[in-house]
Amino acid sequence: MSERTIVRSGEGVPATTAGTLPVRVRSRWTRILLSRDAVMFYALIAVVVYAYTQVPYFASTQTVGFLLLDVIPILLIAMPMALVIITGEIDLSVASTVGLTSAVMGVLFQAGVPIGVVLVLCLLLGTVLGAVNGFLVTALGLPSLAVTIGTLALYRGFALVVIGDNAVANFPQELTRFSTSKLGDTGIPVVMLLVLAVALVFGVLLHFTPFGRALVALGFNKEAAAFVGIRVGRAKFWLFVSTGLVSSLAGIFWTLRYSSARSDNATGIELAVIAAVLLGGVSIFGGTGSIPGVIIGVLLIGTINYTLRLARFSDVVLSIVTGALLIASVVAPSIAEWARGRLHARRTARLELQRAAAQ
Amino acid sequence: MKGRTMKLIHTRAHRDTASGRRIAAFAAIATTVALVATGCAAATPGDSGGSDGDGATEALSIAFLPKQLNNPYTDVVLSGGKAGTEEIGGEYSVVGPLEASASSQVSFINTLTQQGTKVIVIAANDPDAVGPALEEARAAGAKIVAFDSDTNPDYRDVFISQVVSKDVALIQVEQIAEQIGGSGEIAILSATANATNQNEWIKFIEEELASNPEYADITLVAKVYGDDDDAKSFQEAQGLLSAYPNLKGIISPTTVGIAATARYLSTTDFKGKVALVGLGLPNEMREFVKDGTVKEFALWDPAQLGYVAAFAGQALVDGTITGAVGDTFMAGELGEKEVGEGGIVIVGPPTRFNADNIDDYDF
Repeated sequence: MSERTIVRSGEGVPATTAGTLPVRVRSRWTRILLSRDAVMFYALIAVVVYAYTQVPYFASTQTVGFLLLDVIPILLIAMPMALVIITGEIDLSVASTVGLTSAVMGVLFQAGVPIGVVLVLCLLLGTVLGAVNGFLVTALGLPSLAVTIGTLALYRGFALVVIGDNAVANFPQELTRFSTSKLGDTGIPVVMLLVLAVALVFGVLLHFTPFGRALVALGFNKEAAAFVGIRVGRAKFWLFVSTGLVSSLAGIFWTLRYSSARSDNATGIELAVIAAVLLGGVSIFGGTGSIPGVIIGVLLIGTINYTLRLARFSDVVLSIVTGALLIASVVAPSIAEWARGRLHARRTARLELQRAAAQ
Repeated sequence: MKGRTMKLIHTRAHRDTASGRRIAAFAAIATTVALVATGCAAATPGDSGGSDGDGATEALSIAFLPKQLNNPYTDVVLSGGKAGTEEIGGEYSVVGPLEASASSQVSFINTLTQQGTKVIVIAANDPDAVGPALEEARAAGAKIVAFDSDTNPDYRDVFISQVVSKDVALIQVEQIAEQIGGSGEIAILSATANATNQNEWIKFIEEELASNPEYADITLVAKVYGDDDDAKSFQEAQGLLSAYPNLKGIISPTTVGIAATARYLSTTDFKGKVALVGLGLPNEMREFVKDGTVKEFALWDPAQLGYVAAFAGQALVDGTITGAVGDTFMAGELGEKEVGEGGIVIVGPPTRFNADNIDDYDF
């Protein structure tokens, strides 16, 4: 960070003024084109191009539809999850929130409640479930890892209590058809518009509002953030509420897309969400990450999975590839950092030597 | 303190604009790529449908989509499917999720649809969740054969059932009654709480226990779910025996559940005292039958299920059957099979396995 500030102040000034070390000045475009997000984007394009030319059947509009329908729940939940992880917290209860929403949706609908009311109640439920997490983490000061492992089990348990071993499937056909309908001939699901809206809200929130910048500061250093006047507790509380709300939205989509309300819906997708968020460049320690990066992370994992499946690789290969990719994405920046550090140290040493020789 | 604070905010502001530009750049690149991609896709709509034309010269593609891969029972079913497909001269493939969850099968149906698969043979994890995807597959010309666990009848052409569901339930009740002497507490250890076949059997078991006066002294005290996961089933068995000290017997209508329960019983004092019946694989149950943990259990030959499913798929494609009641087709060495009420094809009666005959079977 500090290095970049120096770079900027050095713009236009001859690089070797007395007393300061020369700093390589990169133009704005080079910086953009070499950023982590950009590299991830190249990887995504590379995968798409490869699949497009090499994998039979990939080159069709069906691919766009099936692929996006598969990643929509993960993409949705990844948005608030990115913010939560940027602040140095985590929410493992999201998949269970999806499951409980689905179960409640099924039971309410079967009881004859109008579907509009059911949907509103479901979103309300998600908000409450998120608020419970937020309350436990911020008001009681408990670690979010422990709290949400607890609610992961608790919410899934509630789902089983609510709907038991039943499944409700007779949702209105207009709604189930709508959930998988496409925008004209593009193959893009209509629901993607909603996902885009959610991504836009969280993107603007994180990157263009004081609240968002406060979240990043919070992830860097909680104490410092508190000193600056950021209300740490309140910020985190609302983030957990937002993961709850968006998870219930994902729950509604899941239920309608598969036209089946069950207690075990979306089991385990919290890990897929977190994997995609980390792959998207969000640090698990908090403090860094961007929404475009996370979107690319989700699409990258989704596309690789879809391509492998289309190329008839088994799911075992899928999970190995996803795991390896995640490790690589976490390790690569550290290696790059280390290499840069070595390079910098060597350059500094050489210059000091030159200067000593000159004097 | 304040000075430092100001600086921090200042730096942030800098980064703000930088990230703003980055986003703008991204948006630009992303839009371009999206446009190019859709342009290409729109230009080649024939690609996905192209395989239809030369279908006559291609081998009949039959894809099996079991509830989950790496399950010993599934492997046996699939071995039959492979044998059947090869006899027909078709192209055999297996795809499937690692976890038996409702929605995980949908992505696989989608890819099969895209590949232009002619026959999809599916054991549904949820009768309705796979519905819309199967409808799409049928619209693309695929025939749907359900086997082992049925989908909603609206979404498939025929269902290959191992045996009549009621027979499977009755044989298990009969066996448990014999082994516990006609009275006492029993429990059921099932697979997942949503499994179609499990719940149907359990329903028949409950009805039989309630209606048949011979079983009046038998009480069903618990139903637990091991999720077809070995460790979870083992723990559920353990839990049952500690929660119900008077338990006389356990019915486990799932191969994973019965094997895990047998393993637990064989290491405790309950061995030989608590009866265990259900549906098991001879190879997995052999040691427990021989060491006296299990007296007798039941199953059909699962390989026949896959075998008949392959022939049913072929018969649907070449038009021999449509899935209507009374349609008949030849299923290789198993002879003629008839489509019954509700589009159901029955493979054969269940077999009882005990110390006398278990060595005759290898699956």
